[in-house]
Amino acid sequence: FMQRGLDSQTKKQLEEEEKKIISEEHWYLDVPDLKEKESCIIEERSFLPCEDLVYGRMSFKGFNPEVEKLMIQMNSKCKEEEIEEDDKMEADVSDEEMARRYETLVGTIGKKFLRKRDQRVLKDDDEDEDDEVEEGNSNTRPSKRAKKMFLKPQD
Amino acid sequence: GLLVTKCGLLRHRPAGGGAFWVDSQQKRYVPVKGDHVIGIVTAKAGDVFRLDVGGSEPASLSYLAFEGATKRNRPNVQVGDLIYGQFLVANKDMEPEMVCIDGSGRSNGMGIIGQDGFLFKVSLGLIRKLLAPKCEIIQELSQLYPFELVLGMNGRIWVKAKTVQQTLIIVNILEACEYMTAEQRKQALAKLSGT
Repeated sequence: FMQRGLDSQTKKQLEEEEKKIISEEHWYLDVPDLKEKESCIIEERSFLPCEDLVYGRMSFKGFNPEVEKLMIQMNSKCKEEEIEEDDKMEADVSDEEMARRYETLVGTIGKKFLRKRDQRVLKDDDEDEDDEVEEGNSNTRPSKRAKKMFLKPQD
Repeated sequence: GLLVTKCGLLRHRPAGGGAFWVDSQQKRYVPVKGDHVIGIVTAKAGDVFRLDVGGSEPASLSYLAFEGATKRNRPNVQVGDLIYGQFLVANKDMEPEMVCIDGSGRSNGMGIIGQDGFLFKVSLGLIRKLLAPKCEIIQELSQLYPFELVLGMNGRIWVKAKTVQQTLIIVNILEACEYMTAEQRKQALAKLSGT
């Protein structure tokens, strides 16, 4: 059947005829689509949503503090109304201590990122401030070294 | 249409779209997706552990299904360990699969249950009673002494208290709770806290 020099047109015609024959052989249903009845019933196999069961791990009288924390967490997920009473978690560090720490912390880490010139300025300030504290003068502030600004050349 | 296949009390919950269910009593557990259960590790098969959950088939648990587990950082699970996890897949056509993390990757208390303690089996109805929102039995027991409790929906309970004697007392009370009335239970507890 291999014919040399078959024109592309005749090839195409042949292919189309083949396709036609094949598709005509396919069966198809002449029946209109049936509407699927939407069932209003959802099947649920687990008991969990039915009876509102609590979390399975429990600990009492501080036997396992992690589990007790979990208990509060998991049970509060289900009943969010009761959470509004106890929102504050007991923190290891009290708020006041945190505030105190932050005051000093911000200063020390901030200094680390200053460039050398600014660090020197700060050092002078600190030393002067220390002296101030000894003298008891809190109002006088040492004059900072004037920043080198761009000087416009005079005409 | 609907067909009833179990005998029991028909319960109804009007909230959340209304739900009906049959409250029946049974001892044999059928794995259900989403249930938290206690499983016993029976075998390690490569990357997967086989757990006995009291159903018809052993459940599988992959070693990656723990919080913070990677291929290099494997969880330390031995044969005979107790695991608290939930079912990821559970239907009648496939072997049940368990995981110890939830959808967002946190463990939420699931995973290997620690050393010591006592595991015993009760009926499923008692577990549901104990897990009810305000369970008197649990509240009364919590007044006695400090202890830790893990309830699996497959009927298994794990208890751990400070001494062996206390653990056994709690076990006996929980087992007997099924058939005791509230008054009998209060009497028994009063005797215990008295002595």
